Amino acid sequence: MTTMTLLQAINDGLRTEMKNDDRVLVFGEDVGRNGGVFRATEGLQEEFGEERCFDTPLSECGIIGTAIGMAVYGLRPVPEIQFLDFIYPAFDQIVSEAAKMRYRSGGEYTCPMVVRSPYGGGIRGGHYHSQSAEAYFCHTPGLKVVIPSTPADAKGLLISSIRDEDPVLFLEPKRIYRTMKGEVPDGEHVVPLGKGRIVREGRDCTVVAWGAMIETCLKAAEAMEAEGRTIEIVDPRTLVPLDEELILESVKKTGRLVVVHEAPRTGGFGGEIAALAAEKAIAWLEGPVRRVTGFDTPFPYTLEGLYMPDPNRVVRGIQQTFDW
Amino acid sequence: MSGTSRSRTKTREEPAPRERGLGGGGVLFTVIEEDGKVAKGRDPNLPEEECLRLYRAMLMTRVMEDRALNLQRQGRIGFYVPCRGQEASHIGTAYALEDRDWIFPAYRQPGILILRGAPMQQIVDEWYGNEGDIGKGRQMPVHYTFRSIRFVSISSPIGTQLTHAVGAGMAARYRGEDTAFLTYCGDGGTSENDFHCSLNFAGVYKAPVVFVVENNQWAISVPLERQTASETMAIKAEAYGIPGVRVDGNDILAVYQVAKEAVDRARRGEGPTLIETLTYRVGPHSSSDDPSRYREQAEVDSWVERDPIERFRAYLKRKKIWTQALEEELREACRKEINEAVEAAEGKRPPAASTMFEDVFRERTPQLDEQLADLEAMGDREAKQIGEFPL
Repeated sequence: MTTMTLLQAINDGLRTEMKNDDRVLVFGEDVGRNGGVFRATEGLQEEFGEERCFDTPLSECGIIGTAIGMAVYGLRPVPEIQFLDFIYPAFDQIVSEAAKMRYRSGGEYTCPMVVRSPYGGGIRGGHYHSQSAEAYFCHTPGLKVVIPSTPADAKGLLISSIRDEDPVLFLEPKRIYRTMKGEVPDGEHVVPLGKGRIVREGRDCTVVAWGAMIETCLKAAEAMEAEGRTIEIVDPRTLVPLDEELILESVKKTGRLVVVHEAPRTGGFGGEIAALAAEKAIAWLEGPVRRVTGFDTPFPYTLEGLYMPDPNRVVRGIQQTFDW
Repeated sequence: MSGTSRSRTKTREEPAPRERGLGGGGVLFTVIEEDGKVAKGRDPNLPEEECLRLYRAMLMTRVMEDRALNLQRQGRIGFYVPCRGQEASHIGTAYALEDRDWIFPAYRQPGILILRGAPMQQIVDEWYGNEGDIGKGRQMPVHYTFRSIRFVSISSPIGTQLTHAVGAGMAARYRGEDTAFLTYCGDGGTSENDFHCSLNFAGVYKAPVVFVVENNQWAISVPLERQTASETMAIKAEAYGIPGVRVDGNDILAVYQVAKEAVDRARRGEGPTLIETLTYRVGPHSSSDDPSRYREQAEVDSWVERDPIERFRAYLKRKKIWTQALEEELREACRKEINEAVEAAEGKRPPAASTMFEDVFRERTPQLDEQLADLEAMGDREAKQIGEFPL
């Protein structure tokens, strides 16, 4: 075990898999010589050479399109999109090509690749360095969507994603890249995709959240403790495939559900989790399902602190499942 | 990756093809002249059996197309994309490859399947989307996949395959292989983002890729002059630091020679080439399209006169390889092969309902399991041929 930041754990995960499998190539804008603008790929070019960790022209479509070609040819590319906000030139490649390659070819061609990208707000990034666009990708059959919230999970989920036989969008909560520290197993460490975790046990209300929102929810849970209510926090870790069982089990235990995400509310993945409870746990619900989310506005710069769910808003959301 | 070295020199190691007279800029490289004669010094002198292999592939592609369009008009298959007039352009370029080389196709190169020996039954099963279809009935007709001949799955979005070819080429170089990669788009495809970034990446990484722009002068109803203000498609290569050549796309021997040189360059690690094959889409964009809405028949007729099959036939006749008897024998063999495949395809069933849930991922997720169970709970749900083929 070594204490690492979330960023160091991602770097460690990449290094572990590059050592383990020479099919793994890491590339993108500024990832080589500069080690990535957040330093997620620091030292990889020195250690593995320019053949395996390299800079690309400034073109998201080109980065993902070439990665798909590599994956189809039998490598395990791990391209980086510098900020999730810039992924859209590659959207066609991800949803029309990577996600459909196995299906449309009847399984003759596959596309095992991991698109890594920092996402989320709280870094004073304005519209274009802050957004949480996970829902667009969760709506794409054939693509897995993975979001870690701790250093150990970041490493373990990243390694699992690289070993997965299908394309994975790996979203890294950049606000907690350096603030979140934790014990990370050395060497091999695998956290399976599709298995969530109980972050905190509780009896009175289930809160489902992911990425940097876990911390926010933990603070809210502490505040609720003072009111005599214990809150259970569930981190699905992967939105696709979703660990429905874990969420439903918790909801059936607590009878209440709040979903928290940074992304705008309408069409957000929170609606999917609310629908899950409505379809499969309605008889256990003792109050309305609430969503605590970003607003249906573009992501603001100066007012980001008001836009993003904070512990107070989460507390209010929880209270609304009791008082209605 | 290699090829990114900062010391990379701008001077080419050898003259680019166009500097040796192989087309490029405004120069169009041609071999077979109208009456089957060969421009001086340009006959590749392929062995007779190779000439016949090429001729047969072109002829089979044409016969297959006529049959498919007929089936479509009768409502027996849903859709077809003709390539009439472009047989030389794609068969000639693909002929420059070796078996181990890969193709990242667009959707108008069916002759490559014939040339590389894809089984006719699997081609026809794909039109029907039946249980014999490699793609398990998941795509519209003509969106083939043939891993056995290194023909990568076709999609409908324009130009997306170009960057894949570059990535695969980078992967092959990383592995130290000398595989070459051939990829196609049309004149419309050159307007796409993917065209730009694929040429840019290929140039930077010296990827072993041959880009073929089949300039058939129409993107559905939009003519070439609305697609680009460039003098030619070939000159676009220059901006990416790679050679661009322009060839008479209806002249299979010209197309082949230009492609062979480009493939050899790629294999030697000298990087990509852009080939513009100047041709014409004689037929409609697809079985759903009516070109009389947007272009003059006289223009079409002028290109029908430049038919690539007739052109090659004139050459073969002059070489005393072609005879009328051979023609009839070949055509009959093609028709027979296709008809047998059609008959067999029509006797096959649709893919089982459960196949809809396969290959989304390697393994079904719990969500997919549940949705499949839901469908099965509805009882007999074998696919019916509903819909009117409105496309």
